[in-house]
Amino acid sequence: MSTPRLEIIEQYCKGCSICVEFCPTNVLEMDGFLVKVVRPEACIGCMQCELRCPDFAIKVHKD
Amino acid sequence: MAKKIALLQGNEACAYGALYAGCRFFGGYPITPSTEVAEVMAKELPKNGGKFIQMEDEIAAIASVLGASLTGAKALTASSGPGISLKQELIGYACIAEIPCVIVNVMRGGPSTGMPTGPSQSDIMQARWGTHGDHAAIAVAPASCQEIFSETVRAFNLAETYRMPVQVLLDEINGHMRERIELPEPGDLEIIDRQTPPVSPDQYLPYDPSFGDIPPLAAFGSGYRFHVTGLNKAADGFPTTKAKLVDAEERRQLRKVEANRELIEKNEEHMIEDAEIVIVAIGTISRSARNAVNQLREQGMKVGLFRPITLWPFPERRIAELAGQAKAMIIPEMNLGQMILEVERIVKGACDLHGIGRVDGEPITPSQIMEKIKEVC
Amino acid sequence: MSFDYDKYLRPGKLPHIWCPGCGHGIILKGLLRAIDACELNKDNTAIVSGIGCASRLPGYVDFNTLHTAHGRAAAFATGIKMAKPEMNVLVVGGDGDGVAIGGNHFIHACRRNIDMTYVICNNFIYGMTGGQFSPCTPTGDRASTTPYGNPDPVFDISQLAIGAGATFVARSTSFHAAQIDKLIAEGIRHKGMAVIEILDDCPTTYGRRNKFRSVVDMMKRFKEQAVPVAKAEKMSKEELDSKIVTGILHREERPEYCEQYAQVVKTARSL
Repeated sequence: MSTPRLEIIEQYCKGCSICVEFCPTNVLEMDGFLVKVVRPEACIGCMQCELRCPDFAIKVHKD
Repeated sequence: MAKKIALLQGNEACAYGALYAGCRFFGGYPITPSTEVAEVMAKELPKNGGKFIQMEDEIAAIASVLGASLTGAKALTASSGPGISLKQELIGYACIAEIPCVIVNVMRGGPSTGMPTGPSQSDIMQARWGTHGDHAAIAVAPASCQEIFSETVRAFNLAETYRMPVQVLLDEINGHMRERIELPEPGDLEIIDRQTPPVSPDQYLPYDPSFGDIPPLAAFGSGYRFHVTGLNKAADGFPTTKAKLVDAEERRQLRKVEANRELIEKNEEHMIEDAEIVIVAIGTISRSARNAVNQLREQGMKVGLFRPITLWPFPERRIAELAGQAKAMIIPEMNLGQMILEVERIVKGACDLHGIGRVDGEPITPSQIMEKIKEVC
Repeated sequence: MSFDYDKYLRPGKLPHIWCPGCGHGIILKGLLRAIDACELNKDNTAIVSGIGCASRLPGYVDFNTLHTAHGRAAAFATGIKMAKPEMNVLVVGGDGDGVAIGGNHFIHACRRNIDMTYVICNNFIYGMTGGQFSPCTPTGDRASTTPYGNPDPVFDISQLAIGAGATFVARSTSFHAAQIDKLIAEGIRHKGMAVIEILDDCPTTYGRRNKFRSVVDMMKRFKEQAVPVAKAEKMSKEELDSKIVTGILHREERPEYCEQYAQVVKTARSL
């Protein structure tokens, strides 16, 4: 299985940092008020970020 | 074929009028002196595919009516003053969201619990201005049981035509009085059904002004998915605070009634042609007034009766005309001076005005009206 | 796989009005996954709400949507369901809307066991008006109208629903995002009144006043406090103090209201 691809929809992100804090492999970091994918290769596709993002701002693509 | 004759109470005539008009949903809450409307609907609606529900309170009753109306059903609720006070919240909702429904108010004494079994006409102003905010209003005020039937039918027609709540004002007397009525056969009275959108769902906007002042309302569950809110909204039904859009929507909603006064207004005139004294009265009290007119005519006095059947919008044009003709107007009403304020506003001093108010739970009698006329004229 | 929320969202409405970290967005997404799992037809589904932050939810979703007056959602929804029983009727709203001003409608919808799914977003506060205490604000907590601590006892929404007669009652939290859709879907499939209480967060008006440094802290306390039903059954009342029991709390079969009314119709027509 290839590494999942994370998509950030910047215009929806409100910078709450929920996805950053609950990512089990520290894939994400805050960059000011926006989330940023800093370690894409570590993503295990657990979906925790997408499930908990209140703002429809992050998608986990596993194609 | 002979007409079907029935001996009906006003409240019962109201319920049967609603059924004749095609009412298929009633949401209510028990309150004197309106309860018979609910009782007839509870008995009759399940027989003809309709639904009756007794809700947990007055607000819930009109809420259920509005929910049902949004699915396309002609819907009715009935109450009296204290209940109508509670319903004001959602009468406003029906106004802004433009949801047709009919609300019967069998008026009793007030304020507050007042006199539950005593007649009253003290909700005249409440029927116009009861809910907060600017809004249009239509209210009809029938006098006899026959007219209660036909005016309830007309109330549904008006609600569906103008896409708004319409009130039927009765009082404890004509609500409970029994009279012989001729039951109209199907087709005898005009029935107006809700206009459906002439466009496909993807082009439909629930408040689209390009349809004119009264945009058609699609039914929930019919394939037209749209949003309804009590917030000020744009043509698409979604909330907006854009000044231009809010202003346009508010004005359009008032125009629905204002621009169609001629079609909505309905009055009765009795011996008015040469009248120097014009009595302006509605509902039950118009019956006393008619009797007073007849008696005074026999005594040679030029008295006439002007009876608004559509109470709101108030018949401004005709009242102004009559004020030019009459020396005086007499306004008997079972309250301490509500309708007279409206007459005063229109007449602007063109003739003398004399009110007769009564709030002791007794109707204003013909002799009381005659005495007043003899005293002031 | 990423869930295609766009299938159910009205185009051009995002970003939504909710504050950063607000749990309502998490619940909205759970609701849409549940609707998808139940394969509800959009044309045949109504989503009804009252007033408040959570009640803004229907505006974002592509169904027959009705944003009613404060507290009245269940009563409007009852009218829709009665008039058109073939429609799926869902109600969403907050704690203040549902069990304070709308409390009467809420308990009577439960009593009737009318077939609807009521998702109640309990964030312990009136958020839209700036953080006044609700019937669900914990005793002692701070709100803008309890500057010295909240003297009021608390409503347990789920227990209230069970007591009033709802035949499906479940609870989860915004931390347990993957559980939200499962419970709502169960509620939709249930014939009768289903109440799904989701505890969530208002970091803006509740969190700040009650010493939560961030919404993440607030969600972590849900993680710590949550106890699944099966485990809770083995725990004492003392052990369960300050815990949140999650999962399906109550399920029973009882005649549904519209079906009962269909019997009334049968009787009326047979006479």
